[in-house]
Amino acid sequence: MSSIERSERRTAFAFVAPALLWTLAFFLVPFGAMVLLSLAHLEGREIVQAYDLGNYIKIFTDPSLLKGIFVSLEITMTVTVISVLLAWPLAWIIATQVPARYQRLAIMLAVLPFWTSYVVRSYAWALVLGQNGVLMQWLIGIGLLDAPIQIMATRAATIIGFVHFFVMLLTLTIYANLIQLSPNYARAAADLGASGWQTLRLVILPLTLPGIMTGAFLTFVLCIGDYITPQILGGNNELSMPQLIMLQLGRRGDFPMASALSVVLMALVTLAYAATARWLKMDRV
Amino acid sequence: MKKTSAHAMAASGALLLLATAAQAEGEINALVWCDHTDPALLEPFEQAHDVKVNVKEYEGTAAGLAILDQSRPGDWDVMVIDTVDVGRAVDQGLLAALPGDMGTADFFPELVMADSNGRDGTIYAVTEKFGYNTIAYDKTKVDPADMGDLSILWSDKYAGRIAVYDYYLPVLGLIGLEQGVATADLTADSVESLRDRAYALKANARQVSDVVASQTALATGEVDILIGGGEWVTAVLSAENPALDWTVPSQGALRWSQSIAVLEDSENKDMATEFVKYIVSPEGQARLATSSCYWGMPANRAAGDVLTDDQKAALRWDNQDEYLANSQLYPTPDADLDLAMQDLWTDMLQQ
Repeated sequence: MSSIERSERRTAFAFVAPALLWTLAFFLVPFGAMVLLSLAHLEGREIVQAYDLGNYIKIFTDPSLLKGIFVSLEITMTVTVISVLLAWPLAWIIATQVPARYQRLAIMLAVLPFWTSYVVRSYAWALVLGQNGVLMQWLIGIGLLDAPIQIMATRAATIIGFVHFFVMLLTLTIYANLIQLSPNYARAAADLGASGWQTLRLVILPLTLPGIMTGAFLTFVLCIGDYITPQILGGNNELSMPQLIMLQLGRRGDFPMASALSVVLMALVTLAYAATARWLKMDRV
Repeated sequence: MKKTSAHAMAASGALLLLATAAQAEGEINALVWCDHTDPALLEPFEQAHDVKVNVKEYEGTAAGLAILDQSRPGDWDVMVIDTVDVGRAVDQGLLAALPGDMGTADFFPELVMADSNGRDGTIYAVTEKFGYNTIAYDKTKVDPADMGDLSILWSDKYAGRIAVYDYYLPVLGLIGLEQGVATADLTADSVESLRDRAYALKANARQVSDVVASQTALATGEVDILIGGGEWVTAVLSAENPALDWTVPSQGALRWSQSIAVLEDSENKDMATEFVKYIVSPEGQARLATSSCYWGMPANRAAGDVLTDDQKAALRWDNQDEYLANSQLYPTPDADLDLAMQDLWTDMLQQ
């Protein structure tokens, strides 16, 4: 290796070093500490440092804890699929049907709910979905229902609260992808005899996969780790993993079990990343 | 094997920074529950003694002890603590002995709680406020006569109209009372016998929720009954929503109480003691009882001379002798029983 190459390598490392140090100090070291703590266990009110997999075994054998994993996965998958199905047409309409000079305004309106506090937004949904809420009053008013039905304090309420939030996020990532597509793709497809629907399905949609998958992955990560929405809208009628983690921390003082649950949660996110990595091209979004 | 204190694990850098704030002359630092943060309570004392009362809010004895654990000696002067947990703080040498006469002669006798607040004849804390975990309800939506019987909550009549307060100690205590098990007799075995009843209550309920969500659900008509609720949920709303009420059923209720103490390491014990005296004085008690965060009965019966008739009605002042006789203290589980109760609670939530 020449001295020039060595010098270039040192310079490159110097530029990367702050990011590496940051990751080491604020991610790898805390994560290592959390893994270590997850191997300890609670005896009475004392945390006893040990090195066994007791907490992990309990997570996968205790029905209540195991159910938390399935509850989180079911909610997250449902939210992700519904959000994608709603966000893609919205992003497509904004990117292709709205005149360019109004697109920025349309995007701003689409993400307007981001400007309010997450907690306040969840409580607002609680009032909308409640027995005497706006939704029920409207449904009864138009004659669709005779009496209120329960949506609040159910999984449906949690999913609605999540979808409202994540449709905005996905709209942004898909829109950013869509506006980068050259109109020549659609023109070429039309020249080759493709109908509008065929162009959309066989050309545009595949080309927006990076935006869809990036948004879907972000939705998955944020949704599966969210505590506030299921806590406020779900009515504690089932517990997701973040709720179980909070129970261990705030009530039991069982930091090792909370750490073990967090590691499992992180493993699920890693699996989601592995499943979507081939489409995650941030430069395309 | 290395043992690590759970409290030490719980501490955060932020708490450390807060707790290490330098104590200035003319200031006392109080570790309190949210009802003590009301300016209407603090300002009369501050003006009378030309002192600033700095308050830091906390929830749960474990969190309070963790804050003390991470603070420098002398950082805190006063602490509000669950009466049943005073002994834990005394055992750790955290509380200072109080003067013999703290004005408890006018207290409701059941609230002096000398055994809980003292040790070997020395007083370490004074009860300041109490109330009940029982049944709160909307009297325009349910038959108030039904609320006199806890077992009605398991019937079809109110199915889907009930919220369960998300705190395992009082609610499992109430389920025990409904089953004829006194809180003092709760053991890991007897708690297990409550499992089916707890599951059935959950099945009959619309939601299990924390203080804010429970209060909101009751106030907005989402539910008509809150088990575990009491005057601390409804009284503060009495003026704007007089339909909300509460009662103690025939099987009894759980009684909560909070105490106030001076910390052993305080460098301003005289002023801290004056603050405690103010809080248990009739005027301080009336302000604390109707604090903006939550209402509760004052331990000092003399506060009745200061409270208005409407305030006393919301607190069911005239029923107190009957309610006190028909209420039991919170369960005080050891570590094993506590974990057994929490496991049962988690299982119930996941049903």
